[in-house]
Amino acid sequence: MADPLLSVRDLVVEFPTRRGTLRALDRVSFDIMPGEVLGMVGESGAGKSITGSAIIGLIEPPGRIAGGEIRLKGERIDNLRPDALRKIRGKRIGMVFQDPLTSLNPLYTVAQQLIETIRTHIDCSEAEARKRAVALLDRVGIPAAERRIDDYPHHFSGGMRQRVVIALALCAEPELVIADEPTTALDVSVQSQIIEVLKDICAERGAAVMLITHDMGVIAETADRVAVLYAGRMAEIGPVREVITEALHPYTQGLMGSIPTLTQESDRLVQIPGSMPRLNAIPQGCAFNPRCDRAFAPCFTERPELLSPEPGRLAACWLHDPAKTQEVPHD
Amino acid sequence: MIAFIIRRLLQSVIVMVAVAAVSFTLFRFVGDPVNSMVGQEASIADREALRDSLGLNDPIFLQFGRFIGNAAQGEFGISYRLQMPVTELILQRLPATIELALVSGFLAFVVGLSLGVYTALRRRGVMSNIIMTGSLIGVSLPTFLIGVLLIWIFAVELRWLPSNGRGDVVSIGDWWSTGLLTHSGRLALILPAITLGLYQMTLIMRLVRAEMLEVLRTDYIKFARARGLSARAINFGHALKNTLVPVITITGLQLGSIIAFAIITETVFNWPGVGALFINSVRFVDVPVMAAYLMMIALVFVVINLIVDLLYYAVDPRLRVDRAGKAH
Repeated sequence: MADPLLSVRDLVVEFPTRRGTLRALDRVSFDIMPGEVLGMVGESGAGKSITGSAIIGLIEPPGRIAGGEIRLKGERIDNLRPDALRKIRGKRIGMVFQDPLTSLNPLYTVAQQLIETIRTHIDCSEAEARKRAVALLDRVGIPAAERRIDDYPHHFSGGMRQRVVIALALCAEPELVIADEPTTALDVSVQSQIIEVLKDICAERGAAVMLITHDMGVIAETADRVAVLYAGRMAEIGPVREVITEALHPYTQGLMGSIPTLTQESDRLVQIPGSMPRLNAIPQGCAFNPRCDRAFAPCFTERPELLSPEPGRLAACWLHDPAKTQEVPHD
Repeated sequence: MIAFIIRRLLQSVIVMVAVAAVSFTLFRFVGDPVNSMVGQEASIADREALRDSLGLNDPIFLQFGRFIGNAAQGEFGISYRLQMPVTELILQRLPATIELALVSGFLAFVVGLSLGVYTALRRRGVMSNIIMTGSLIGVSLPTFLIGVLLIWIFAVELRWLPSNGRGDVVSIGDWWSTGLLTHSGRLALILPAITLGLYQMTLIMRLVRAEMLEVLRTDYIKFARARGLSARAINFGHALKNTLVPVITITGLQLGSIIAFAIITETVFNWPGVGALFINSVRFVDVPVMAAYLMMIALVFVVINLIVDLLYYAVDPRLRVDRAGKAH
């Protein structure tokens, strides 16, 4: 197996507050392979966006990385000095944010913002940067890019602005693009186009994508593998088909079960009982135990590590530890 | 764009007429100018004759119409006290006030902006805290007290700077005189400029800081960081430009009040400007001078407002579209 492009090990992110320290991420580990699309799903507050911010080194103080390590092609990037980290941002890791309406500076034209970014990372002339920018806008599907490049962000619709944001994230040819809910703020009719553009352009350039979303439909269509976060911990990682059809973790099963389908005749939507615990009230053992209908003794005392019951798949659940399940007869 | 300017100019005319009405009526009630113009022993017949010659016995509306008509031509009558054309009197003293106002306005803007940006970027620094605490003094101490304190320290104790007057003045053209070209003129300008500008400076500084902190929290600044732009490009290119939009308004309006409130500073430093002229006129119920002064201040505000609106266009591209759309 090839070396991972990005490797996150036991990442801990903490936010000190007046009422004690909150752990937004608790020993999260995962890999992203070169050119791969990794979907990152979870409820609001599960830590998806924080993971993205941590990788790119943009956690808002007083939040901080309190443990673990992040490696990009084997090189540690979580403890770099600010200016060294800045050279990675945009150049090797690009980022697309959720809301295209607020991601662009309203006082500068698209051309100014693109050229500024290109020239920050690539040594080239103004004219050359402009040529690159036009080509890039054309590639992300902005019609009449040559003319529209001198427009201000408010001249563009939401979908078009997100295309511009994608162009900005990709203009220095990064190896990894972190897309933090890139379609949540958009019209449903535009969402799939944007995902399509993002996926195609990254595939073309061999860039890996970390796609943060809570839209399982997008994940199913786009991602190669999917990682499920719950209460700041990794619940399950695996190839997208397998995770959707036969999830290993009871939480993932519940999550998949709650996606409504058109074919299924049902009066009520299926939902997981209860809600995700607050970060200052995470139960002992497995964080999911209060809501889990298959919880048994060890779930309430010991936190499950990621186990690999099948090759290529990981789940943090004691149900997959033969040693534990033998102690108590289950079902 | 042109439609917008024309509309604004029409609005300005209405504002000016309203101010004229207010100043005209107001000054009819401040006292009888005739009393201060003639001696104690003047007969009633003399007084009536003077009233007639000043037009004070005509109907109110006629007087107001005459006032407006003359004002539109820059004609505000003869000062009761000094027996000189008011316009000439004001123009004579205007350079002193404008020079003082511009210098202190410039000082307030440059220092206020730099300190505001500094305290926003080094939010938790010791220096920032000292500056922020110090700025409270600037906001809360009254102008005349600051002026007197500065005079006491720099003019009386240290004897570095003069305590009053404008120093030597050089005439440029027929009607402009400046103290900026002579050494004593520049020295004389320092203390009044600081006194007049200190409040505006702290105001601008606190405003810039608050706006800057606001802008630094926005998504486009976060995205700019994620694109790997340098801290300098982010802070001074992206954040500062967005901070400037509201700051321009306040600074513009403050320049108006600097000119208007120069009265106090001019009194403290015995500065030969329009403010001092106004104070003396109030004492003698010199209605033409007071009315002209009020009109002049109103004009200054109206013009500055117009300039501020036009500056918006220069800074914020969004307005160019919105306003053009509405103008149809």
